Amino acid sequence: MNLFDEERRNPSEPDTEKETWVDRRTWLTGAVSMVGATAAGLLTPALLPAEEGESVRPTHVPGRSPSPYGVRAQGETVQRLPTATHSLTPHHALHGIITPSALHFERHHNGVPSINSDRHRLLIHGLVDRPLTFSMNDLVRFPSVTRTLFIECSGNSGKEWKGPTGTTVQETHGLMSTSEWTGVPLSTVLAEAGIKPDAVWMLAEGSDAAAMTRSLPLAELVNDALLCYAQNGEALRPEQGYPLRLVIPGWEGNTCIKWIRRLKLGTAPFMTREETSRYTDLMPDGTAKQFTFVMDTKSVITSPSGGQQIDPGFVEIRGLAWSGHGKIVMAEVSTDGGKSWHTAQLQEPVLPKCHTRFRFGWRWNGDETIIQSRCTDETGSIQPTRAALVAARGVHSFYHYHAIHSWRIDRRGAVTNGQV
Amino acid sequence: MGKSRAVASIILALGLFLMPNWILKAEEPRYGLGKPATEADIKAWEIDIAPNGAGLPQGRGTVQQGATLYAAKCAACHGPTGTEGPKDPLVGGQGSLASEHPIKTIGSYWPYATTLYDYIFRAMPFSAPQSLTPDEVYSLVAWLLHQNGIIQKDAVMDARTLATIRMPNRNGFISDLRSDGPGH
Repeated sequence: MNLFDEERRNPSEPDTEKETWVDRRTWLTGAVSMVGATAAGLLTPALLPAEEGESVRPTHVPGRSPSPYGVRAQGETVQRLPTATHSLTPHHALHGIITPSALHFERHHNGVPSINSDRHRLLIHGLVDRPLTFSMNDLVRFPSVTRTLFIECSGNSGKEWKGPTGTTVQETHGLMSTSEWTGVPLSTVLAEAGIKPDAVWMLAEGSDAAAMTRSLPLAELVNDALLCYAQNGEALRPEQGYPLRLVIPGWEGNTCIKWIRRLKLGTAPFMTREETSRYTDLMPDGTAKQFTFVMDTKSVITSPSGGQQIDPGFVEIRGLAWSGHGKIVMAEVSTDGGKSWHTAQLQEPVLPKCHTRFRFGWRWNGDETIIQSRCTDETGSIQPTRAALVAARGVHSFYHYHAIHSWRIDRRGAVTNGQV
Repeated sequence: MGKSRAVASIILALGLFLMPNWILKAEEPRYGLGKPATEADIKAWEIDIAPNGAGLPQGRGTVQQGATLYAAKCAACHGPTGTEGPKDPLVGGQGSLASEHPIKTIGSYWPYATTLYDYIFRAMPFSAPQSLTPDEVYSLVAWLLHQNGIIQKDAVMDARTLATIRMPNRNGFISDLRSDGPGH
């Protein structure tokens, strides 16, 4: 099994030859500065760092100098899978629970805006005592909070409603990621403006070309919503809302408005396009569920997963479990298509509203089978079977698919998406 | 689920959100950060339109004006009559939501006409959002509502008339308290 292999190669992936040449040149510059210009002439071809593919003896040549901003090792090429509107996190190739910022999924509705942090402002108005504007400097001065949380687009696995569509876990579950988020509690900033007693809903608006807008119930927001300016210890990535985004623990990703610039308090939902014609779940009777904020209990095996190949013998089944309601208390794995279930090991720390890594040691005997995972959260919510979910919600919801996911393994060890 | 039960669910949901537990902790301190927002600050960014029509600007538009504008600025993505795509169909689909092939359009799905004004100004055309004048937005709203059989061909859309439009799927939405699905 090649856990580190990238299963898909994007045809648009840039040629690495030029990067190799740059690295070599950078090394030479560093070498010259270390040993002095006169010594540079003494460098023989054998001492030069080899081109990719040639044998390198790292104990025989000086390594490169420290750099101001790190990049991953040459040869590590795992990447997001981009489309016109989103990009998908390669969970089949990741470990632990933190998604590297550069691999955090993207979903934006009219591109990633270019925003100058010094000029960015947050406006709070509507049913407040004092309409206020905040600079980024103001917001960073407030008492801060850091939490490790998943963000999952409610369209994650959405194509699976109608059948096993995605080939890899990147395609079926790539619209979710986990980061360590730092910011100021929304309640702290709202208190600065003073919430009027009749304010019940808050409109949050982004400063992107979609001016993305959602109405959110204040009662829930003041509990734990954050206005975040940092992700995994550094400023937000542009595609994650730089310089400021809302993060609402456990809620569908679309509510975590990026590039946020305006909060307006009101008495009722504003009924924006995104909470009426989009992000609503059509039921079989023709009605639609609206304001489905919490992402329900869900898990998936990330390896072995679709597109990967296993060999008989020991296989560590690895996956992620999460719930927008709270902490995961149990993850279970089935290696016989759901006939029997085994408790998987949960990697500590298990955090609420955060991805939890689970592992289960398995010996594959070479027979065709189906592997699955399911999880239970601290509120007793159990991830449903596909049949139960479809019975309750039909197949036209598009959003909020959270059924048990099945991977088929054939006699050759090839893993494919296959619903049961 | 019947429409009356749907309405009841919405009222119930709003009622729950209205429960007083939202009030901030009394001891939430203030830090003296931020600057007072001026009327100009607010006016420059306050583009939202409420379901009761609050926020709708002065201006007016007709179905005929909308037809011309739609052909020029919208048809390339949404099709000549609003049904062809390649992007979202905007017209038709009424009566299809409970079928095997539901078609979600403005006419079949959108619960509020005011959302049309809000969204078209805010985000359309895709290549030049927030570039349309109020008259242009009212015209496009008029054409789209007429194409969906919701207003007459001679109707004029403005702040007063748009707020009175009742959409066919107005009662089609149920606030989801996660109380009836699997798990919750």
